[in-house]
Amino acid sequence: MRVSRTVTQRIAFALLTAIMALTVLAILAIITYIFWNGLPAISLEFLSAMPSNGMREGGIWPAIVGTVILTIGTAVIAVPIGLLAAIYLSEYASDSPFTRTIRIAIVNLSGIPSVVYGLFGLALFVLFLGFGSSILASCLTLAIMTLPVIISTAEEALRSVPQSFRVVSISMGGTRWQTIWRIVLPQALPGILTGVILGLERAAGETAPILFTGAAFFLPQLPQSIFDETMALPYHLFVISTQVPGMPVQLQYGTALVLLIFVLAMNLIATFIRSYFRRKRQW
Amino acid sequence: MVKTASRPKILVENLSVHYPDGTESLRNISLQIPKNAITVLFGPAGGGKSTLLRTFNRLNDLVEGTRYSGKVLLDEQDILSPALDLVALRRRVGMVFAQPVPLPMTVRENMTYGLELAGERRRRNLDRAIEEGLQAAALWEEMKDRLDEPAHAMSGGQQQRLCLARVLAQQPEVILLDEPTSGLDPISTAKVEDSLQSIKKKYTVVIVPHSVQQAARLADWAGFFYQGDLIEWGEGKNLFVAPKEKRTEDYVTGRFG
Repeated sequence: MRVSRTVTQRIAFALLTAIMALTVLAILAIITYIFWNGLPAISLEFLSAMPSNGMREGGIWPAIVGTVILTIGTAVIAVPIGLLAAIYLSEYASDSPFTRTIRIAIVNLSGIPSVVYGLFGLALFVLFLGFGSSILASCLTLAIMTLPVIISTAEEALRSVPQSFRVVSISMGGTRWQTIWRIVLPQALPGILTGVILGLERAAGETAPILFTGAAFFLPQLPQSIFDETMALPYHLFVISTQVPGMPVQLQYGTALVLLIFVLAMNLIATFIRSYFRRKRQW
Repeated sequence: MVKTASRPKILVENLSVHYPDGTESLRNISLQIPKNAITVLFGPAGGGKSTLLRTFNRLNDLVEGTRYSGKVLLDEQDILSPALDLVALRRRVGMVFAQPVPLPMTVRENMTYGLELAGERRRRNLDRAIEEGLQAAALWEEMKDRLDEPAHAMSGGQQQRLCLARVLAQQPEVILLDEPTSGLDPISTAKVEDSLQSIKKKYTVVIVPHSVQQAARLADWAGFFYQGDLIEWGEGKNLFVAPKEKRTEDYVTGRFG
């Protein structure tokens, strides 16, 4: 006996809805759990004081500052390189076995586990180039990890600008660069920014790449130069969750909550930029 | 080969164009496009009209691997030369496309885009170019109070006339139009055709029309293209009334195409 098409349709729809609900539920559960447990720890002192008593008391100020510094440093290195690479791939490179290899390499790079990047950063930046365990080495490692995401999303954003704009600009006597600078880049900017923020968001939350390259267990003061080590939220969370006996659970969830809010805020900014420009878009 | 009266603006001799996939889009074409006249290139799809049009501003070059052979002279300058400054050529030879493509900016910015690319910054010159261009495209009255609105907010007909106006603002010598009215209603089409009739006093106009009727209405000179060959070339008043070639006659009278 055959099941009628409407019944099949209903079953499929119900199944998809259930699975979707399950996914959302899982995410909501995690977020609620962290808020529930972490919120009591949040206070002005927690956000602005140095840790004390073997990190069992006090705040997480140096870890917050460290994560902000690492994120900005990563952006400074990765955004220009990633953007220029994306412009090259989208606007200048012709389709050849060479560029196809580059694209495959980029896609594969974004799938490499972050701990491998950490090891690579240790070998290249910390040891071989002699930067030592430092903010600089960490930023470079995070930048390399972030680059594939930035390049592929930026290239996608550039490609989505209609070809007809380029043809018109060139037919009016525009050089390729003028066309990119005046037409393509401004139109692709929202997409590029979204990709940049999503990439940086990942960098901000990673522990493994900074583990060997510049994250400090505990520092009594804020870093003074890019050759100093720094504390950072994800690594701090790892340390106080696993390495410090007698740690109040509240502080762990408080730290997790701050990291979560930091990343969610970046995500929110990306979403806002995207929807703001989508409404303004002229094609 | 049929000669035109005065010195031609564009001289084409034995031109063939090959695309990288091996197709020969034009075969051994020779013709002369006169100044201050409307030249119509018509025929069924795939005849090579657009390819010829895009040879005059070397836009075919955007397809990598396009090969030209033969000679094309613009005012006696070889425009197929590999050493040619393409940017300078495209300033002299403007183009309007089948689909109106307003750039994603205001009407004013669309009008000044070409001049700004060329480095013009003086406000007075830009303002004059805006007004003159819009006047010539019969758009000034409609647009003068809407210059700072986004160009895509205009109607389709206005957009296409803006595309013509923006080319005119660059003061080119030759204007190429590739089926400029194919997406327009009859009233907008008539406005574009009227503009072409008046601007030909100053410019050389080459158009691929979107119908035989439009070809006949506009042609001072006309060429009938069929599968990469130029079948017939002559003055519009003769070619559409008494075509010499059987294939031209069949196409003009609607027996094929």
